[in-house]
Amino acid sequence: MADPIRIRAQLMGNNATVRALMGHEMESGQRKDAAGKTVPAWYIQEVSATHNGKTVLTAQWGPAVSKNPFMQFIVKNAKAGDKVTISWKDNRGDTRTDEATVA
Amino acid sequence: MPTRRDTLKQGLLVAGLLAGTGLFPGQALAAYNNRAFEAKGWDAALKALGSNLPTESKDITLQGPDIAENGAQVALSVATTLSGVKRLLVLVDKNPAALVALVEVGPDIEPSFMLRAKMNESSAVYAVALMNDGRALFARKDIQVTQGGCGN
Repeated sequence: MADPIRIRAQLMGNNATVRALMGHEMESGQRKDAAGKTVPAWYIQEVSATHNGKTVLTAQWGPAVSKNPFMQFIVKNAKAGDKVTISWKDNRGDTRTDEATVA
Repeated sequence: MPTRRDTLKQGLLVAGLLAGTGLFPGQALAAYNNRAFEAKGWDAALKALGSNLPTESKDITLQGPDIAENGAQVALSVATTLSGVKRLLVLVDKNPAALVALVEVGPDIEPSFMLRAKMNESSAVYAVALMNDGRALFARKDIQVTQGGCGN
């Protein structure tokens, strides 16, 4: 099981600034191991976010997103206590979803 | 007792039906665009996404360091004040594949995001907004990389 996504959703006026830190190798497929063999690419391809159950953001990523990816975005019309979830899916089909409360 | 294969088949069927009705959680998410994410150079990546020729615009902002000491972690933020944005993209022209990330901008988020990208070498970085009306607008920033990031 992949590491949990660390999510912080901070209310700023009517909007919530969401910061997410995902634990993932994001192996680019460019690197070679000690034996000179290319390390196969292993990276998050799809990211989505919901606000109180409604999908508000979807994204596609390539292997050039950094290791242990950080992403920040702003959800409109948020209130304290709202639920925000973030999910990812990598090119091996692994997924991870975590939830945070707007504060 | 249903076999594993049957269960899988049914799961796929249900997923297909849900996708058809637009009830699928990732409904707005088009299938992962391998071609765009493998394209070399930012123009080829945009072409793979079916974008029109982009024009430079002051309304798109791209923020990042002038010099990145570590190419494995280059913080980039993309934003625009325009409405009617469909997708925001970040591209690093000289990376092995230019397209770093593509965000579908729905009505419930601000057209703005930040993430960290890997950069193989010093390169022009582009933020592109694909608009609902078919326009493609971009901002460009040249970032110098002291140590490349694709080996990380």
